[in-house]
Amino acid sequence: MEFKRKNKTQLLSKIATNDRHGENSPYFDGWKAYDNNPFHPTQNPNGVIQMGLAENKLCFDLIKKWIMENPDASICTAEGVDKFKDVAIFQDYHGLKEFREAIAKFMGRVGGNKVTFDANRIVMSSGATGANETIMFCLADPGDAFLLPSPYYPGFARDLRWRTGLEIVPVDCKSSNNFRITRAAMEDAYEKAQKWNLNVKGIIIANPSNPLGTTLDIETMRSLVAFVNEKNIHLVCDEIYAATVFDSPRFVSVAEVIQDMDCCNRDLIHIVYSLSKDMGIPGFRVGIVYSFNDDVMLCARKMSSFGLVSSQTQYLLASMLSDDGFVGNFLRESSKRLAKRHYVFTKGLEQVGISCLTSNAGLFFWMDMRQLLKEQSFKGEIELWRVILNEVKLNVSPSSSFQCSEPGWFRVCFANMDDKTVEVALNRIRAFVLDRENQESNRSKRCWRKKHLRLSFSSTRLYDETIMSPCMISPHSPLVRAKT
Amino acid sequence: MAIEIEQPRVGLSKVAVSKTHGEDSPYFAGWKAYDENPYHETSNQSGVIQMGLAENQVSFDLLEKYLEEHSEASSWGKGAPGFRENALFQDYHGLKSFRQAMANFMEQIRGGRAKFDPDRIVLTAGATAANELLTFILADPGDALLIPTPYYPGFDRDLRWRTGVNIVPIHCDSSNNFQITPEAMEAAYQSAESMNLKVRGILITNPSNPLGATIQRSALEQILDFAVNKNIHLVSDEIYSGSTFSSSEFISIAEILETRGYKDAERVHIVYSLSKDLGLPGFRVGTIYSYNDQVVTTARRMSSFTLISSQTQHLLACMLSNKEFSENYIKTNRERLSKRYDMIIKGLKKAGIECLKGNAGLFCWMNLSPLLEKPTRESELALWKVILNEVKLNISPGSSCHCSEPGWFRVCFANMSEQTLEIALERIHKFMEQRKRN
Repeated sequence: MEFKRKNKTQLLSKIATNDRHGENSPYFDGWKAYDNNPFHPTQNPNGVIQMGLAENKLCFDLIKKWIMENPDASICTAEGVDKFKDVAIFQDYHGLKEFREAIAKFMGRVGGNKVTFDANRIVMSSGATGANETIMFCLADPGDAFLLPSPYYPGFARDLRWRTGLEIVPVDCKSSNNFRITRAAMEDAYEKAQKWNLNVKGIIIANPSNPLGTTLDIETMRSLVAFVNEKNIHLVCDEIYAATVFDSPRFVSVAEVIQDMDCCNRDLIHIVYSLSKDMGIPGFRVGIVYSFNDDVMLCARKMSSFGLVSSQTQYLLASMLSDDGFVGNFLRESSKRLAKRHYVFTKGLEQVGISCLTSNAGLFFWMDMRQLLKEQSFKGEIELWRVILNEVKLNVSPSSSFQCSEPGWFRVCFANMDDKTVEVALNRIRAFVLDRENQESNRSKRCWRKKHLRLSFSSTRLYDETIMSPCMISPHSPLVRAKT
Repeated sequence: MAIEIEQPRVGLSKVAVSKTHGEDSPYFAGWKAYDENPYHETSNQSGVIQMGLAENQVSFDLLEKYLEEHSEASSWGKGAPGFRENALFQDYHGLKSFRQAMANFMEQIRGGRAKFDPDRIVLTAGATAANELLTFILADPGDALLIPTPYYPGFDRDLRWRTGVNIVPIHCDSSNNFQITPEAMEAAYQSAESMNLKVRGILITNPSNPLGATIQRSALEQILDFAVNKNIHLVSDEIYSGSTFSSSEFISIAEILETRGYKDAERVHIVYSLSKDLGLPGFRVGTIYSYNDQVVTTARRMSSFTLISSQTQHLLACMLSNKEFSENYIKTNRERLSKRYDMIIKGLKKAGIECLKGNAGLFCWMNLSPLLEKPTRESELALWKVILNEVKLNISPGSSCHCSEPGWFRVCFANMSEQTLEIALERIHKFMEQRKRN
C-alpha cells in the first residue's frame, strides 16, 4: 500500500538539482543542533538555547487581547460568520480594499507619519520571502546581478537567486566605520560586477539591517538614491524590521527620503515589507511589494497570484490594523519591550567585556567576539562558534553565514524567548567569556601581536585597527564597547 | 519648483514585459464586461450574468453551519488558545494535523480507493502556485510540457510565464468526445521534437476543465504508459475531484498506480486544492502530492515562496478532520452540483443546444458550432461578442481554452443562485428563438 520503492534518479530541472536553496549553509547547522536538543527551563535545562532565529515573541498578549475583544474580525465565530462566504470566495489579486488601506496606514505610522502610503500601490505576496523573489522577477533577467551590502540575511541567497537565476554581488561593509554602506564600497562592487561581465540591475538593502540591527542614516540613504539614479538601476529597500526600532535615530523609510529629492527617478524605487517581524506573525504570510513604478506594480500584482495572502487573514488584519488605538499602543509597547531586552543583554555582556555594535533596531544584536578568536580568521570563527553551540549550548549565528567580510562577529537574537531564558542565556555567555579569557590570558600579549601578523585575512587596515583598539588595553575595560 | 529631467526609461525584466501573463485573452475580457455591468437580481436585472467563473457557491451553508457549531475551529474568538504558536508557525512542512486532514479528505473523495501519505503532501498558496512550482522543478526554461486541449486558460500563465517553459498542445476533438488518444499524444510529442523542444512531462486535468468530464480508466492507463515510454513526468491536476456528480465515476491516477503496485510512480505528481471542491478560493489552499522523494523535498523547500497562512491551516485542519462533516459535505456537494448540471442541461436542450456529456466540474461544455457563420475562430469570437454584449452572459469561448474545434463554449453554473440560473437560461432561450426566426 505504502509506496516504498527505491526512487530512481528522475531527471529534474537544473533549478531543482542545484544548491541555491541554500540549506547546506552552517546557518542551518545551528538550528539542527537546537532541534536535536532544545532548551526547556524544567524539562531540559541543559539544552541548546535558540538565539539564531529572529522571531518577535514579545507582544502576543496585546494581539490576543484584541482578538478576544473583537470576535467579529474572525469569520469563524458566530459574530463574524456572516462574512464567511464573501471572504472565502474573494481571490482578487488586488486584495481586500480594507486590508490594503489598513496596511498602508500601518506603514505610514511605522514611518512616523512622515509619509503617506497609497493603498492602491499595495501588492500582496506570501511573506517578504515571496515579495523579494517577485520584485527580482520583475526587475532582472537570469544572469543579471543585484548588489547587496554585506553582512546580509542568509535567506537572500535563496530568495533573490534560486528560481530567478540572478547573481548577488556583495558590497563589503567594514567594522572600521560600523559597517556603514559607503559610496566607495558601492562603486567597488559595481566595478567588480562589470569585470565579471554581470549586468547590474539594482541594489537591494535591508533597513533596518539584518544582522546589524542598525537603521541607515539619512546621508547613506541619500547616497544610495543618488547612486542608483546615476547608474539608472533599481533600489529595493526591505523594510521588514521598520517597527522594531526601539531607540533613536527613528526609522526613516526610503519613501520619506525621496520626498525631498527632486532629482530622483521614482521608477527606480521599490519597498518590500511584511508583518512577520514587526508584529511577530510569520505564520500568516503577509508580505507587501510597494513600488513607485507603475509597470512594476502592475507586474508584481499579476505575479501575486502565485502567493496571495489568505483572504481569511486579510480580513482579520484589516480589522486589527484599522484600530488606531490598538496600533498606537502596540507600536509603543513593542518598542519599549525590545529596548528593555536589548539593554539587558548588551549591558550584561558589557560587564564581561563583550561589546556589541551600537544598534537601535531589530530582534538581535551584532556581538563582537573577535578578541576571543584563537585565530583571526573564519576558521577561528567557526571553531569558536562550535564551542558556543556545542559546549555553551547557545545557537548564535556566525558572521560567515551572513557573508560578512570580517570574522569574529555573531548575531544574537533576543526577542524569541521569555525573561527566564534570557537570564540563563546571559549567564551562560558570561561564564563562557570569563572562562575563555582565563584560558587566553595564559598566552602572552606578545603572542597576541604575533597572531595578528599572520592574519589569514589581508586587510592591513584591520591589523592597524586591532593594534590601536582599546581591546589591547584590557579585555575587561568598558572602553571595549564599540563607538557609534 | 521641480525641474523635469528627461530620464531614460529604466528596463524591467523580459518576464515583466512579456504578455505571457495572458490577461489579454477574451477569457478575461468577458470578466471585465461583467465587472463593469454586473447582474443583480433586484438592482441590476439587465446586467451581465457571470458564467465565466468556475466557482462553487452551492454548499456554503454546510461550511457556515460547521463553524457556528464548532468552537475549536473558532477558538480565536473565544479565548484564543494556541494563537501564539499558530501565528509563529512558518515551517514549510506545514501543520501536521492539516496535512493529515488533507490526506484523509483526498482519500474520502476517492472512496478510499487510494491511500495518501501526509508526509508526501507539500502545501502551496493555491493550485496556481502548485502548478508553477512543479514546472520549475520538472522542466528547464525552453523545455516543453504536453497539455491536452481544450485546457484551463490560466495554464498559459501558471506553467509558462516565469518558468520560461513551453506548452505543446495535444489536440482533442469532438469526434470521440475530446478524449485523449495515444495518437494525439504521439503527434504532440513529434511536434515538440520538430520544434527542438525537449518534452519533460504531460499535464492532465482530471476531471477536465473545461470539458466537465472525467478521464476514463483506459485513457489514464494509456497516458501513464506514454509517460513511461518517453521517460517523462505525469502531472495530474485533480482540483475538481470532489466535484464529480457520482463518486464512482472519478478515477484518480493514484488508483491506477495502486493497481500497478506503484511501478513507475516516481514520475507521477498530483495537484489538488480546496478552491473548487470546498469553494474556498480566497483561502489559497493548494497541495502537491508526489511519489518522488526528491520532488517532495525540493517542492517543500520551494514552497517557502508560497506558504499557506497558518491561520487558515488551523481552521481547515479542524474542519476537515471532522469525518462526519467531511463525509456529509462531499456527498451533499455532489448531489447539489449534479442537480445544477441537470437543470442547465435540460434548459439548454429546450433551447435546442447540445452539450458534451459531462459528469463533473462546475460547468458544462456547450456546442454552438451550428450557429457559426463559418467554422473558424473568428466566427466563434463574433458569436461570443454577441452573447456577451446582447444576451449579456459572460461565457468562455473555446478558443480561449485552445480548443482546436471552433464553436464550443464553457458555461459555469455553480457560482450563482438557482434563480439567476433560471434567468440565464431564459435569456439563452430567447436568443435561440430570435436566431431561428431570423
